[in-house]
Amino acid sequence: MNITLDLIVFIVLALFIVVSAILAVTTKRILRAATYLLFVLFGTAGIYFQLNYSFLGAVQLLIYAGGITVLYVFSILLTSSEGDQAEKLKKSKFIAGLTATLAALGICLFVMLKHKFVGQVFTHGELPVKEIGFALMSPEKYGYVLPFEVISVLLLACIIGGIMIARKR
Amino acid sequence: MEHTILILLLPFLSFILIGLLGTRLKPTAAGAIGTVVTAIVAVLSYWTAFAYFGAGRDAGTGLFPTLMPWNAVWLPFGGDLHIDMGILLDPISVMMLIVISTVSLMVHIYSFGYMKGERGFQRYYAFLSLFTMSMLGLVVATNIFQMYVFWELVGVSSYLLIGFYYTKKEAIAASKKAFIVTRFADLGFLIGILIYGFYTGTFSFTPDAPALGAAKAMLPLALGLMFVGGAGKSAMFPLHIWLPDAMEGPTPVSALIHAATMVVAGVYLVARMFPLFIGFAPEVLHVTAYVGAFTALYAAIVACVQSDIKRVLAFSTISQIGFMIVALGVCTSADPHQGGLGYMASMFHLFTHAMFKALLFLGAGCIIHAVHSNEMSAMGGLRKYMPLTHVTFLVACLAIAGIWPLSGFFSKDEILAACFSFSPVMGWVMTFIAGLTAFYMFRLYFNIFWGNENKELHAEHRPHEAPLTMTVPLVFLAAVTLFAGWIPFGEFISSDGQAYHIHIDWKVATISLCVAAAGIALATWMYMREDRKVADGLAARFSGLHKAAYHRFYIDEIYQFITHRIIFACISAPVAWFDRHVVDGFFNMLASVTQKVSWGIRNMQSGYVQRYGIWFLGGALGLTVILLLI
Amino acid sequence: MIRMEYYLIVSTIMMFVGIYGFLTRRNLLAMLISVELILNSVDINFVVFNRFLFPEQLEGFFFSLFAIGISAAETAVAIAIIINIYRNMRNIQVKNLDKMKW
Repeated sequence: MNITLDLIVFIVLALFIVVSAILAVTTKRILRAATYLLFVLFGTAGIYFQLNYSFLGAVQLLIYAGGITVLYVFSILLTSSEGDQAEKLKKSKFIAGLTATLAALGICLFVMLKHKFVGQVFTHGELPVKEIGFALMSPEKYGYVLPFEVISVLLLACIIGGIMIARKR
Repeated sequence: MEHTILILLLPFLSFILIGLLGTRLKPTAAGAIGTVVTAIVAVLSYWTAFAYFGAGRDAGTGLFPTLMPWNAVWLPFGGDLHIDMGILLDPISVMMLIVISTVSLMVHIYSFGYMKGERGFQRYYAFLSLFTMSMLGLVVATNIFQMYVFWELVGVSSYLLIGFYYTKKEAIAASKKAFIVTRFADLGFLIGILIYGFYTGTFSFTPDAPALGAAKAMLPLALGLMFVGGAGKSAMFPLHIWLPDAMEGPTPVSALIHAATMVVAGVYLVARMFPLFIGFAPEVLHVTAYVGAFTALYAAIVACVQSDIKRVLAFSTISQIGFMIVALGVCTSADPHQGGLGYMASMFHLFTHAMFKALLFLGAGCIIHAVHSNEMSAMGGLRKYMPLTHVTFLVACLAIAGIWPLSGFFSKDEILAACFSFSPVMGWVMTFIAGLTAFYMFRLYFNIFWGNENKELHAEHRPHEAPLTMTVPLVFLAAVTLFAGWIPFGEFISSDGQAYHIHIDWKVATISLCVAAAGIALATWMYMREDRKVADGLAARFSGLHKAAYHRFYIDEIYQFITHRIIFACISAPVAWFDRHVVDGFFNMLASVTQKVSWGIRNMQSGYVQRYGIWFLGGALGLTVILLLI
Repeated sequence: MIRMEYYLIVSTIMMFVGIYGFLTRRNLLAMLISVELILNSVDINFVVFNRFLFPEQLEGFFFSLFAIGISAAETAVAIAIIINIYRNMRNIQVKNLDKMKW
């Protein structure tokens, strides 16, 4: 196995993602958790870029890192007071959670690694945005205009629902 | 004759109207509605009687026809068995229509004065209407089941009226007692009806010959059970215990229900079934005669020592109903010339007794109204204060004692004649009871109107003559009592339906007159004087007997003992224990086990989303492992 | 040459870190953050499968695209609910949320 730049970048990204993720769920301060989430999202975007899906990486950065994280930060600021810390985890709870998670992780990895994926090839090459746009708007086979419309309605519903639920009475 | 349906409908409508409007109606308006309706019913009844008897006998058979102007199948069962509702007119039902509507009208008028200012005046009149309707329905019933339906309605209205003063504890107890005792007896009646219906295949009073032939073996049992129901309603020993207590109701109610009409329903029932009794179960009929005779004797003795005037009258009623039952029971054939005289005598006595006993009760009501007490000790010397009541009461006393030429003489004479023709022993016993009747009635009379005046009480509250609404019925009933004896009763009603000319058996009449006179004389000698030395002396001499009689020979206590000590303690209590601990316990156990299990399951549903998450993860994991292992 | 499994290992770890956080965090927002991790790992999987196994098609790509959109919507609604809970209970600790138990 020869070490390429690709591999180095991937390893850095992978470590970055894993560490940030673990920190996000173990840190005591909620604002830090949000920040670590942001790092994870950045790392994910990096993976998309590495896979030559730069449009998807951009979307990830825009929506996740730009929109959702800000939403998190604001809601955290709204709902927590200064110096709020997560209370200490009960030992039994911690053990239960950890054991279950590790066991599941082990099984999943076992299954996944045992499986032989056939015909995996990695072809470099950027996906042109034009192609994405045509696919998104196409009513043909492998066209995505219907899900596109559906998700627009869903987003509208979410906007209204969010306002309805969170408005002051 | 189609208008007879109005006789039932009008009181019913009046009951609905007064009962539903309730206190929204002015008391006088409620009374007026009830009274006017009853008056119309009375007029209709008289007219019916006039038209019925005026139409004359059937030329061929010589009988008054049995009419059914209305009859409809109400409740069909399988086969030919069905319950009808309708109106039956024959001599005895027409006679009963007259009795009931007359007494009811008098009581309605009388109650205007007696119940004046009472709370629940409207309710009282509503119940009176209900009672009138039910009683009329009972007598015109076309079949025995309709009779039973109205029989129970009568019982209910009696219950409601006895318990009219529902804030008074005694009244509540008395109403319950009356209801339970009569219901208990009605159980016999119902079983009798069912046996009758099962074996004859009909509920009609007059089944056809083949049906009767088929049911021949079971008829005595059915008729005997029916008589048990009749004995309950008519207060025959030992089911008489409710009647004296029923006097807790308003006095006009006692006059209407517990003297004149409802309590003779048993007599009417036996008279209704008379052809069957005489044809298929004469021995049962004779048993009723013995029961009646014993009741009459027992009640007459008890009546001699009671101090509450209404109770004296109640026991006197029981005794007189005993006379009627005896008269029916001593019949040995359907021919009035050969042992069937009692039927006519019984109906005649029912008629005259209804009039003079209602008069006595209404008179007693006036007295109670005047002195505000039921006890004889509060009375005495009232003849000066209440002359009209005094005279009418005296008329009624003479009538019930059987003095010529008042109505009681004629009917009682027929009864005694019937008894003598059955057996001399029965005749003499009944004659003796007739003497006792004269004695206790005049003891009552002298204690109220003569004797020692309770001056303290009377000075405090001066007795006065009752208002016009109360005295008019007295005078009317007294007039009827004076002249009813001259009605040629046998021309209308007799056991075989043919005309029967009443002829007074002067031998019997002389004996009964002598005995009555002796009773009156004894009472006069003992109670008319101011000191009453003899009476008190006798009471002291036979104190045991006197006390026993005063306590009605402890029949109520025996009932108490049987119900409480034996039935409640030995049967009901263990059954209740079994029910509470074993049956309930079993179901409680089921319930508690279910509940505990549910709590356990519910605790798994903690509501914490993370716990669900763990379970979910564990489940998914488990499934994966299973799939892998497979 | 980066093998496909490497990506999958990263995404699997991320997924179970998310699950662990979902199971152990007490704060509703922290739980929501964990859910975001899970969603993200799934997105990665879609994209990786698309890129390595079916390079000439775009299903995995669009699936991720729509998933990002939906997760934005989901987050908005969830945060609205959480703010509402905070208004009613003055905190967003999950242990207080057992009103819907029965």
